[in-house]
Amino acid sequence: MPVLEIENLSKAFGGLKAVNNFSLALEEGEIVGLIGPNGAGKTTVFNLITGLYKPTSGTIRFLGEEISGLPPFKISQRGIARTFQNIRLFKGNTVLDNVRAVFHPRIKYNFFDALLRTPRFTAEELRVTQKAMELLEALNLDKRANEKAANLAYGDQRRLEIARALATQPRLLLLDEPAAGMNPAEVRHMVQLIRFIKEKYKLTILLIEHQMGMVMNLCERLVVMDFGQIIAKGTPLEIRNNPVVLEAYLGKGATVA
Amino acid sequence: MKLSRNTLFFFIGSAIFYALVKIMQFNGILTPYWQLVLDQALIIVIGALGLSIIYGFTGQFSLGHAAFYGIGAYTAGALDKVYGNGNMLFFFLSLLIGALVAGLVAFLIGLPILRLRSDYLGIATLGFGIIVRVGMENGNKLFPVLGGATGMSGTPQLAQFDLIFILALIIILLVRNFIFSTYGRACISIREDEIAADVMGIDTTRYKILAFVLGCALAGLAGGIYAHRYPFLHPASFDFLKSFDFLLIVVLGGLGSMTGTIITAIGWVFLLEVLRVVLGQDFIDWRGVIYALILVVSIIVRPQGLFSGKEFRLLVPEQLKMATGKERTYAGFGN
Amino acid sequence: MEHFLEQVLNGFQLGLMYALIALGYTMVYGVVQLINFAHGDVFMVGAFLGYFGFAVWGLPLPLAILLAMASCALLGVVIERIAYRPLRYAPKIAALISAIGVSLFLEYFSSLKFVFGPNYRVVPRPFPEIQWKIAGLTVTNIQVIVFVVVLIMLILLQILIYRTKTGMAMRTVAVDHNAARLMGVNVDTTISITFAIGSAFAALGGVLYAIAYPQIHPFMGIMPGLKAFTAAVLGGIGIIPGAVLGALIMGQVETLTSAYISSQMRDAIAFAILILVLLFRPTGLLGRTETEKV
Repeated sequence: MPVLEIENLSKAFGGLKAVNNFSLALEEGEIVGLIGPNGAGKTTVFNLITGLYKPTSGTIRFLGEEISGLPPFKISQRGIARTFQNIRLFKGNTVLDNVRAVFHPRIKYNFFDALLRTPRFTAEELRVTQKAMELLEALNLDKRANEKAANLAYGDQRRLEIARALATQPRLLLLDEPAAGMNPAEVRHMVQLIRFIKEKYKLTILLIEHQMGMVMNLCERLVVMDFGQIIAKGTPLEIRNNPVVLEAYLGKGATVA
Repeated sequence: MKLSRNTLFFFIGSAIFYALVKIMQFNGILTPYWQLVLDQALIIVIGALGLSIIYGFTGQFSLGHAAFYGIGAYTAGALDKVYGNGNMLFFFLSLLIGALVAGLVAFLIGLPILRLRSDYLGIATLGFGIIVRVGMENGNKLFPVLGGATGMSGTPQLAQFDLIFILALIIILLVRNFIFSTYGRACISIREDEIAADVMGIDTTRYKILAFVLGCALAGLAGGIYAHRYPFLHPASFDFLKSFDFLLIVVLGGLGSMTGTIITAIGWVFLLEVLRVVLGQDFIDWRGVIYALILVVSIIVRPQGLFSGKEFRLLVPEQLKMATGKERTYAGFGN
Repeated sequence: MEHFLEQVLNGFQLGLMYALIALGYTMVYGVVQLINFAHGDVFMVGAFLGYFGFAVWGLPLPLAILLAMASCALLGVVIERIAYRPLRYAPKIAALISAIGVSLFLEYFSSLKFVFGPNYRVVPRPFPEIQWKIAGLTVTNIQVIVFVVVLIMLILLQILIYRTKTGMAMRTVAVDHNAARLMGVNVDTTISITFAIGSAFAALGGVLYAIAYPQIHPFMGIMPGLKAFTAAVLGGIGIIPGAVLGALIMGQVETLTSAYISSQMRDAIAFAILILVLLFRPTGLLGRTETEKV
């Protein structure tokens, strides 16, 4: 059974069709890239999957169950996590608390345990903190655990967003331009990081990215969007030479050297 | 419940403070007038902590906090006045009911309005506060005991410093425990980025309502105590100007800081009284002017508030100690 | 029936005066995203200055009005410069607190004996009240004057905002300060001008209010300010036609409630209506829902 099945997904904002007839199936363990020029509707697809928008038509099935129409927090609790194009960390919180905060739905104590500081509370807080620290260690952020997220370097912030997403124990991870604004060395590190977490946490990954080096290296197959629609699907090699794709990115009559 | 080192220090510090107050009472340094001021300060601390939860920690801009303070005051006050007979147990019961009623009203009004965006939520809560005030002024048409526009008197004055102090301590501890738990973290994440919190699995609607209900219940509790310490309740004490007072305290203390709220609440109450004393009869008219100037200057000098985001170490439960490098020790995690 | 229509006219009169105040709130919010709580007190200062002008110093009414408007325009600019500009790029709540402080300052300072004094003052009518019977309705000259004056001011404001460079500057600053700067707009000056105009309008409202409801005192601005602010939000904060619409609604609701239900309930009902409207139109009647880009 595919992890994610999207069929004929459309989203219209008034007269504008931001996403039109989008279909995609993700098998477990795949890394699929979603690429296309700016404004193609890629982030809108992410917003639809994660429940921030309701589809105008079409279905989204996650692990066999329909999720379109569910509120975002419920979708998250089912096992879909994401990062954001413009980093959306909890800036006033520490690095550690950014990660610990999202353990919330899986916390095993209740309100009164917290107020009265019962042993159950203590044990669970310890467990959560340990798990959070393990995640931070895996992403090389443990040394900064007590720093305010706002004070982190850009690359660290991006990694923290990933750590926070991983803390929700997802099956499916949606990464929205994780390498935006990075230089080639940083991009290489990000590629390694994504491979690493995919293996370690057994993830299926859908990736939006403009950095072609990363996309070609990492993704097993690609989906190309333009003006809200899928214009091509295939392996990186196929897509590279696809004239429709080239035209979308570079305009009519362009060739790639 | 194990007591961590910080909590222990907190208790010791409180005990010392209590002892000091008692000594000053005994010596006559603490006159009944200033005792009242101190009690009022502690009551305001409880109420302000409520708004701190709602706005400082969860980011919900409420301009109607005083309405819930008033609901608690009138509910507890009227109940005890009519049924109480000076019974201490009933007194506590009336406080509890006052807080519960305030919380219930908060729940009912919060359900529809908490989805409003910040400025609009502010105006809606402001409007609600005015509706409540009108209710207080005209409540005597339904329940004559409530007194109407001229106010209500007759509540047994059962709240004294000892009691108020202990209640304040308990509330401070409970609020601290709430904040430094997953519930507090959920609320803070809502303040920081509601959309991200939602997408990360936090039921933002539920926790906005929870924070609002808790905060308003605290206001109601504070109001109930107030009714038992001041012989006279007047609707004008619970209008939007009072809501502004709570807001000032929370903002000037620093959003997201319990310490800031507590210290600023106490400081603010004492400031107003000190101004009254310092200015004396001749210049009492200037009290409002000077107060306003202090306010404007304070916020310009320190827009983020006194303690923005920081807490006194004594208030923070023992965090897990994390050493950098390979070795990691988890120090005893108590309450 | 006549009685009802007369109440409607009264409601218009009140609503138009609220509109003058509400416009100041909404214009200022548009350019600096600040709810200027001191605005209602500028209204009060305007009322007092107008009173001093025509009732104490014997100036002709138009001159008194001009004096009040000019002085309050200056007052608004000074307030912005001292109490808001330092906080312009600080968290918004800080400026709000400052506004509360300024409001309290204006109220308490005016209460001092050597300023306006804390007492109520009765304002003698600068001209006799004339009533006409039109189609069975009693219409007063005050109502007509308020109507005409406010209409003229609205037209002038429209011209200013949509047909002058200053107005374009104001609209630009309302969208994005930095972009406006890059386009050569002097953001500071534009904001000052906005405050000046808003305050002048409030002052005019104050004088008209003093003439129509002839009692003034230093705390008179609190409730009208609150209601005008509510009206601005009701119509959609930052939207000029919204401010007028909201104000007219508030005026009607208040007057009709006062006449037909009870004058004590009027505030409660006005705000209850506000809450109801917000529940169905969370960004106000004419407001646009801003969808946040994720």
